[in-house]
Amino acid sequence: MDKLTLFDHVFKPKVITLENGHQVLKKRSRKPLILLVLLVVMWVSFVVTGFDLDLIIKRGGQFFVILRKIFNPDFSYYKKVVNPLLDTVKMSLLGTILGCLTAFPVAILASSNINRNRIILVTIRFILSVIRSVPTLIIASIFALIFGLGTFAGMVSIAIFTLGIVSKMLFESIEVIDMGPFEAMISYGCNQFRAFWAACLPQILPTYLAQCLYCFEINIRAAAILGYVGAGGIGILISERIGWRDYNGLGTVLLSLFMLVLCIDQLSGYLRSKLS
Amino acid sequence: MEHILNMYNKRPNTKWIKLLVTAIIISLVIYSASGVTYKGIAAKGSDVAFGIMYGLTHPDVSIIFNFTKEGVPYLLAQTAAIAVLGTIFGAVLAIPFSFLCSKKIVGKYVAFVFQAIVLLIRTIPSVVWALVWIRVTGPGPFCGVVTQSICSIGMISKMFVTAIDDIDTGILESLDACGCTTFQKIRYGILPQLSSSFISTTIYRFDINLKDATVLGIVGAGGIGAVLQQSISSRRWTIVGAFLLSLIVAVLVIEYFSTRIRKKLARGQ
Repeated sequence: MDKLTLFDHVFKPKVITLENGHQVLKKRSRKPLILLVLLVVMWVSFVVTGFDLDLIIKRGGQFFVILRKIFNPDFSYYKKVVNPLLDTVKMSLLGTILGCLTAFPVAILASSNINRNRIILVTIRFILSVIRSVPTLIIASIFALIFGLGTFAGMVSIAIFTLGIVSKMLFESIEVIDMGPFEAMISYGCNQFRAFWAACLPQILPTYLAQCLYCFEINIRAAAILGYVGAGGIGILISERIGWRDYNGLGTVLLSLFMLVLCIDQLSGYLRSKLS
Repeated sequence: MEHILNMYNKRPNTKWIKLLVTAIIISLVIYSASGVTYKGIAAKGSDVAFGIMYGLTHPDVSIIFNFTKEGVPYLLAQTAAIAVLGTIFGAVLAIPFSFLCSKKIVGKYVAFVFQAIVLLIRTIPSVVWALVWIRVTGPGPFCGVVTQSICSIGMISKMFVTAIDDIDTGILESLDACGCTTFQKIRYGILPQLSSSFISTTIYRFDINLKDATVLGIVGAGGIGAVLQQSISSRRWTIVGAFLLSLIVAVLVIEYFSTRIRKKLARGQ
């Protein structure tokens, strides 16, 4: 029986006496409390966000007007889409490769079964979670100021974002590998590096490559909007089309983005199924 | 020993595959390098970098403890409120979608159509949804709520569908054999199987939505993002530092609690 929490002291558990004289406690359900908290939080959120259902009912039709224009793409605009789209692919490809390469040593330093130094371990993990908690668009807008507008700023922010995700996924999978072969090789007289190379690397490599591919899928989607803050790629076109209210053109941009994402997802999914 | 050496010499020769993969990666790097041009650091680029560092180490404390509508606490609460409502509405809207996406329930063809719709919702970036909705509702936190309600459908239904497809129908059959009514079958046979994974997915999505709400703020959908973006472009670094640090702390705290709750749910407590 787990110990009683504060909740159980306020709402006393029901005591049931069994036939043999033992007493069993049945704790009160926490569901009413959770429901109450949820309702209060929702009510506060309604007030803070100025929720207005009337507006949706009145102007909701407008959304479908725009949606209909988006689904009626203007194909003559297609020629202008190709180059920014390729820029987005190049930017996220280079960013992903850079990020994944740096993630490898970082992840090794962040895994507790290889790095025995607690201080370095905790520091690196803390930095990684800080990186992951800052939205990519904010990182990109800072780098767009540092490196000037263009694809380079986008690439750097994608690399940093990739570093955050891949390192985390990788050190989690490094921590569960079988360290037996590594210890056996050390006892044969290998040095640490050779033992790691021959015993641990083959165990990590397939997962690592699969994670890199997965991250590339995410990055293509993320890179598509980086242009909004001036970090290059197709995002510039998206914000421009919406600014000009050219929703047919926006439809073309989104359609080509959709096709690209679909192709890359299929390709990367196929490669990942080969890896596992 | 002889045997081991024999086997070692017969190991599969992967040299060519490794070489091929390396060549492909190198050519991809060279190809993509053509699209990314390094124009050197911008005129005041190094100032910006130092400014960020200065701002992060000397955040403007007065704004963190400013409880009016311009202060950090109110804006963070607004961002969280957008995420709460967006997640709850998204999850509620996702329930019918996920039943319609499940091959087990509606058959192959209907499921395919709805899966395509869900895929479409997931592929269009949330910022684009927000920019479209702004035209309808006008800028402000309400636009963020509507956007997130739509965007969340995509991922939440994808996870819900997996949970629905994993339902153990044996339990329903045995409840049938006991003579349960349809309502009792749903209450005791289906709901307990789905509820924990539904709640877990919703909490996970709340995590994502909280970060996403910040991004939506940049395009004008309320919350902390708008002010953060304004202070970055007007280079008021101490304010940027205050906003960034409190955002990071808030996200980390909520991530910690959501992971704890989800672990509990996964163990079934």
